[in-house]
Amino acid sequence: MIDTLRLTAYDAARLLRDKEISGAELWEAYRRAIDERDGELHCFLHVCDDPGGDGIPLAVKDVIGTKGIPTTAGSKILEGYVPVYDATVVRRAKEGHGLRVLGKTNTDEFAMGSSTENSAFGPSRNPWDPTRVPGGSGGGSAAAVSAGLAPWALGSDTGGSIKQPSALCGNVGLRPTYGTVSRYGVVAFASSLDQVGPVAKNVRDCAFLYSVIAGRDPCDSTTVDVPEVKLPERVDLKGVRIGVPTEFTEHEAIEPGVRDAVHRAIELARELGAEVGECSLPISLEYGVPCYYLIAPAEASSNLARYDGVRYGRRTAEGGDRLEMYTRTRDEGFGDEPKRRILVGTYALSAGYYDAYYGQAQKVRTVLIREHAAAFEKFDVLLTPTSPTVAFELGAKTADPIAMYLNDLLTIPSCMAGLPGLNVPCGLSDGLPVGLQLLGPQFSENTLFAVGYALEQAIGFDPVPERLR
Amino acid sequence: MAELTREQLLHVAHLARLELREEELERLGAQLNDILAAVSKVAELDLADVPPTSHPLDVVNVWAEDEPHRSLTVEQALANAPEREGSFFKVPAGSVGGKAADARPEDRPASGPGAGGSE
Repeated sequence: MIDTLRLTAYDAARLLRDKEISGAELWEAYRRAIDERDGELHCFLHVCDDPGGDGIPLAVKDVIGTKGIPTTAGSKILEGYVPVYDATVVRRAKEGHGLRVLGKTNTDEFAMGSSTENSAFGPSRNPWDPTRVPGGSGGGSAAAVSAGLAPWALGSDTGGSIKQPSALCGNVGLRPTYGTVSRYGVVAFASSLDQVGPVAKNVRDCAFLYSVIAGRDPCDSTTVDVPEVKLPERVDLKGVRIGVPTEFTEHEAIEPGVRDAVHRAIELARELGAEVGECSLPISLEYGVPCYYLIAPAEASSNLARYDGVRYGRRTAEGGDRLEMYTRTRDEGFGDEPKRRILVGTYALSAGYYDAYYGQAQKVRTVLIREHAAAFEKFDVLLTPTSPTVAFELGAKTADPIAMYLNDLLTIPSCMAGLPGLNVPCGLSDGLPVGLQLLGPQFSENTLFAVGYALEQAIGFDPVPERLR
Repeated sequence: MAELTREQLLHVAHLARLELREEELERLGAQLNDILAAVSKVAELDLADVPPTSHPLDVVNVWAEDEPHRSLTVEQALANAPEREGSFFKVPAGSVGGKAADARPEDRPASGPGAGGSE
């Protein structure tokens, strides 16, 4: 009997290698788990048939293009779209390691959101408490891994869409350094921010999946050569300098239960030998979110111009001339959040407003980069909470876009600076997972894995939701 | 920042090729003003001497070797087209200026987005 709730990808690979289970049995175990639990959780928008082979199954966020498998980005405007090629990350997973695409996971429409409630196909639910959101936008991937519906998954992160759902579902999730993972074949949201990354049950699986997808890609000229990935082994933190940005742990939006769990992890880090000190990122915290909500919508308004009812995706059935076809197709096909962001972005880029909005936000971005760089002169990694709150109830923030935007208060600044971030579960608050965020300089993934692994061993978090044990 | 008027919102929607229904104009318009008020916070900082960042990596001029390689076939490229005719994407007739006679000429795109489109 394969217990998908506890099976890591590493263990699955060992069982397959030792011929204790077959590839077909492994696939079947996940399909049974999906049949049993996905009706309630709605992690998947599409479940695949077994393509055969002995590879470990992989869930893929539905913004990532998969050849011959529907890819909707959670939007009605892409309903029925079936890519004719694989995204580079999918090709690498399939060709390099024989991984089998298990299904496509739910996401806020075009990855715009923090709860999956913006998905045109209905929200996913948190396996720890189905009345609550799994976070977003990659809530489908995070919930699937947490509920044992997939051993690991790919997500994408623009301002926190891997880290925040991983925190809310109790997973390990990495947003890699910008440029380390190809965006070729990934539905574009904000191109200077979008990064694909892994979601897993533990740090080693996460590091391994990152090694599968990372690397320069001739099809994405923003990718660069990536340092060799080292799977973490050390269980101490001797000599590691950890900075705690005070604003990020003391902000009024942070729930007491979250603050307490993170402070306990900081104490553990000290006990493991780390040198812990305070630092400060005041501009990043105060201006990161406004900066993001100018730059990301500006880039989105340009990227989403391609959905015009001509080459792929939905076209209005109402007829009309060409302009009417464009505008009606887009009105029918996009939900509220993409519309809001397209409008904000178009306005911020329009003549007369460009300098005050988009141009100014680009300068704030420079300040955020400098502020983080100054912190990394003294520290190897920074440690903060990932999300200011634990998973919130469905519907709690849907009427107020700005309240929803603040979920990403702590994840956004480092994304703007192109830095990697790793979510590691650090405990429970009211029975719901709390995640800590480890941030490092560009290309410091190996350091994040090492620190995350040592903390993970010391914390001893059980990633299986209590109600499913 | 001043609030967006209804006229400005319609203009922005037209630039973005969105046809907003009356109910959307009211709801999204109000939310848009809230969002713009929140993001206008960036104006508080005096950044006259700070250079802008458009990209987080220090990468410039990435060239590929000029070697031919396979691309999508015509059938693959058209596989997801809502409507086609022969080896073309098919779109409805009409100037993209269309009913938006109020659009300023400089707002009109130089050509339709469906390269090689018929009609």
